Amino acid sequence: MIEVRELCREFTVTTKVGRFRRERRVVRAVEDVGFDVAAGEAVGYVGPNGAGKSTTIKMLTGILVPTSGHVRVCGVDPSRGRRELARRIGVVFGQRSQLWWDLPLRDSFELLRAIYRVPRGDHASRLRECVELLELGPFLDTPVRQLSLGQRMRGEVTASLLHGPELLVLDEPTIGLDLESKERLREFLSDLNARRGTTLLLTTHDLDDIERLCPRLVVIDRGTVLADGPLDALRAEVAPERVLVIDLERPADLDGLPGVTATKVELNGLRQHLTFRRAETTAAALISAVAARAEVHDLVVVEPEIDDVVRRLYARR
Amino acid sequence: MRAYVVLALAGFRRYSTYRRAMVAGMATNVAFGLLRLAVLMAAVGQGDIAGYDVAAAATYVWLGQGLMAVVVLWGDGQLAERVRSGDVVVDLYRPWHLQMALFAEDVGRAGFAVLVRFGPPVVFGALFFPFRWPSVGVLPVFAVSVGLALAVSFGMRFLLNATTFWLLDNRGVQALYTALTWLLCGLAVPLAFFPDWALPIVWSTPFAAMLQAPVDVFLERGSPWPFLSRQAFWAAVVLALGHLVLNRAVRKVVVQGG
Repeated sequence: MIEVRELCREFTVTTKVGRFRRERRVVRAVEDVGFDVAAGEAVGYVGPNGAGKSTTIKMLTGILVPTSGHVRVCGVDPSRGRRELARRIGVVFGQRSQLWWDLPLRDSFELLRAIYRVPRGDHASRLRECVELLELGPFLDTPVRQLSLGQRMRGEVTASLLHGPELLVLDEPTIGLDLESKERLREFLSDLNARRGTTLLLTTHDLDDIERLCPRLVVIDRGTVLADGPLDALRAEVAPERVLVIDLERPADLDGLPGVTATKVELNGLRQHLTFRRAETTAAALISAVAARAEVHDLVVVEPEIDDVVRRLYARR
Repeated sequence: MRAYVVLALAGFRRYSTYRRAMVAGMATNVAFGLLRLAVLMAAVGQGDIAGYDVAAAATYVWLGQGLMAVVVLWGDGQLAERVRSGDVVVDLYRPWHLQMALFAEDVGRAGFAVLVRFGPPVVFGALFFPFRWPSVGVLPVFAVSVGLALAVSFGMRFLLNATTFWLLDNRGVQALYTALTWLLCGLAVPLAFFPDWALPIVWSTPFAAMLQAPVDVFLERGSPWPFLSRQAFWAAVVLALGHLVLNRAVRKVVVQGG
């Protein structure tokens, strides 16, 4: 679905030096980026601000011409076949609107039907489905400028799906939304991916989006790909340690358990945090070792937070 | 093609949602018409100037007042704003010809403006002032001339907006443009009032095609065909230029914003 090889994009930045002199400097926003996305995948594309995420997205949608490298989206070279590609993909920008500000939501959808030349029947059934799942009914006839951000985003997502795209690119779709709206949107997108097989490519700073939606993560920083793989594998790679938190009936000494690298004691020894390497022991082995020494009241295994994983990836450079 | 028709209708509807702005605009049009008329009457009252008598001058003023909001004689800045904020990316990834799409919307807007901005001042002028109606056969030719004026104006505004791709802020260019249109469209005074040596120059600019040409067609100042052909020439030139500039902007220029 997406094929990216050795993709580079440079910008020339002019800075003032002294009173009249200007210096031109070449900045590489994207440098040697490569990844593939297969049909039906859901991929999170994450990185700190200025990492080159939006620049990549713009090259994938054909708005920006790469300085060098190879890009194919749905088999099309985006910058050459921008209009053809636009019919086959959907794009949602969390910070921009594709709806007509002064017109009711319904009118925007009708306009998009004409622009994308969608047959009336297909349009009606897709719209009906979105209206139902995203609960657009109550504000379909409200001008877009009067919608709340949450309502508008649901409208934006619908707008990007009415032409039945094979690939949906979402650039920070949940930015600024409250928890409930985020959750509702995630649920809808995950259903879209699972049921209709629409490929998702998502950039976000909200790592819960990734956790809920994307089995695979591509991490980019300073224009290059730092890591690419399933979230679980990345976790195991950069954060090989997990923590077993144990509540005991009576304080006990748990030092020297096999595979444990650090111990933190709380509540006078009633609660203990045992850090262990997943390569050296399993949670189950550790739990039975603990149970042999003391009476266990409660326990939980803590995975490293996804933020933590990503932070470690950034730090690894 | 159907998409552009639908876009034109949407343009019409978009502008019809702002009723109060419409009434305010209408009132301003008429008030400024009275001012312009008073000044011009003081001059023409002494005797005809360059073929303009009192009735022709009044007709010129009211047509101008009506047409300026239809044709739009200043920079509209809408696309410029979208370029500056980066929202233009949304316009660029749609499967349409951006310039054509914006033109379609502008035609819709102009259609609405004909009803509420052109009609009232002209009716007002025709009722209360000497007014020179043309022969009936000229009216369709006048309509074509207004359409061409709109095409030229849109093409000029599009080029003006497109400068934002390079300048990021084109308010200086916009201000210069408004000063030029005021003088060279024939809004300040009829172009015929310019000295003889300047006439070929002022008539050779695209500005003359935007206002003075349709007014002169209406006033039947000579055969309409030279006016129409000059307008058609400029419409083709500015629209083609806009197409080229947009292509270049998209290939060479950075679209703003993260």
